[in-house]
Amino acid sequence: MKLEIQNLVYRAGGRTLMDDISLVSDSAHCTALLGANGAGKSLLLRLCHGLLEPAAGRIRWDARPPRELGAAITMVFQKPVLLRRSARANVEHALYLQGAPRAARRARAAAALELAGLEDCMERQAAVLSGGQQQRLAIARAWALKPAVILMDEPTSKLDVRSAAQVERTIGELRREGIKIILTSHNLAQVRRLCGEVVFLHEGRLVQQDAMDDFFARPADDIICEFIEAQTF
Amino acid sequence: MTDFSDALQTALHLLVNLDAGLVEIIALSLRVSLTAVAAAALVGLPLGALLAVSRFPTRRFWINLLNTFMGLPPVVVGLMVYLMLSRAGPLGPLGLLYTPVAMIIAQTLLIFPIIAALSCGVVQGLFDEYHEQLRSLGSRTLATARTLLWEGRFGLVTAILAGFGRGNAEVGAVLIVGGNINHSTRVMTTTIALETSKGNLALALALGLILILVSLLVASAAQWLHTATMHRGRA
Repeated sequence: MKLEIQNLVYRAGGRTLMDDISLVSDSAHCTALLGANGAGKSLLLRLCHGLLEPAAGRIRWDARPPRELGAAITMVFQKPVLLRRSARANVEHALYLQGAPRAARRARAAAALELAGLEDCMERQAAVLSGGQQQRLAIARAWALKPAVILMDEPTSKLDVRSAAQVERTIGELRREGIKIILTSHNLAQVRRLCGEVVFLHEGRLVQQDAMDDFFARPADDIICEFIEAQTF
Repeated sequence: MTDFSDALQTALHLLVNLDAGLVEIIALSLRVSLTAVAAAALVGLPLGALLAVSRFPTRRFWINLLNTFMGLPPVVVGLMVYLMLSRAGPLGPLGLLYTPVAMIIAQTLLIFPIIAALSCGVVQGLFDEYHEQLRSLGSRTLATARTLLWEGRFGLVTAILAGFGRGNAEVGAVLIVGGNINHSTRVMTTTIALETSKGNLALALALGLILILVSLLVASAAQWLHTATMHRGRA
């Protein structure tokens, strides 16, 4: 899906948090949103999903506004928000909200949990799964809805190395299925492994949008150089 | 002290011998209170949840109104129901005054705001946590309310217990609309009031103890249900 953002402005509490952002992303690759804390990465994801409305400007996915797309765009949050039910029931509930019949819900949930490597945890309560398993469950739930785009807000920020690697493998599976992924991350090594395009934000403004290799080879601003150096050392 | 030990003896005696009059009073009390709780929950739970997840201009007003009605004076509710059901009232032809149905109506009106306001609070807390995720999954207002009612089921049991406590302990409204008629509308609280006025403190205290015991049993059953469900979920 092609994402077009034109002159996007978002204000809250009398402050401009997103200022005149314009970009086009029709990359089939995974796109990384980078920037320091407070740069507006999570905010931009929410705006792209339609969870927030911009004060000005517009966002279009294949020329359609986000709220018209329903489950074609889903989001995985930094802290997985799971229902107090089993892993399987969490996925089935998402499908129930989309009106899927019971038999289809069961089959799709089983496939989603298998994709995320959670087939052995189907009947366990989501609350007792490890952090990594919970994040993979959230991804499986998003995938179960057959979206064209999945937005991920720092999907591995709270995970240990092993759990983060498992989540990355799951994200790799999604990419192979042709799902467009936009994720925020502070882990540049992870971004290099997963993404083909980078959008760098600073204090609510777009600083650079480039292909992965070009972004690291030719940073467009000193702020980006400092960011990369800080992450490297 | 003598009254208290007499009350204990009397209570034990009445319970052990399954005194027919006492069983009838307890059964009617439970029937009235449980039916009122069920009716109030049937309306109060979804309404509270919808108020929690909806956004419309007068929402705060309705929530404030519910919170205010949590403290409705029972005698005022009793009087209102009496006026509605009395022969000259709009529902007079139904002939419900001084029947258990009238008592159920009065208790439902008292319990409903408690269950609705408390469930609104429980669901609001969950809504803050879940609403972005549920919206992301395509959930609309009604589906979100249903989902969060289920997610908050353990907290909502407390709301229902609070409603049951209010109904079970209520005396003013049921006395006005029920009339405390022997073998017809006499419940534990109105019997306690009657026996106290007659100076029969031992029997009044005995009934008071039984009333507390009934509340304890209901609360314990809810707690057991909660624990059993949690254990099953974590297995």
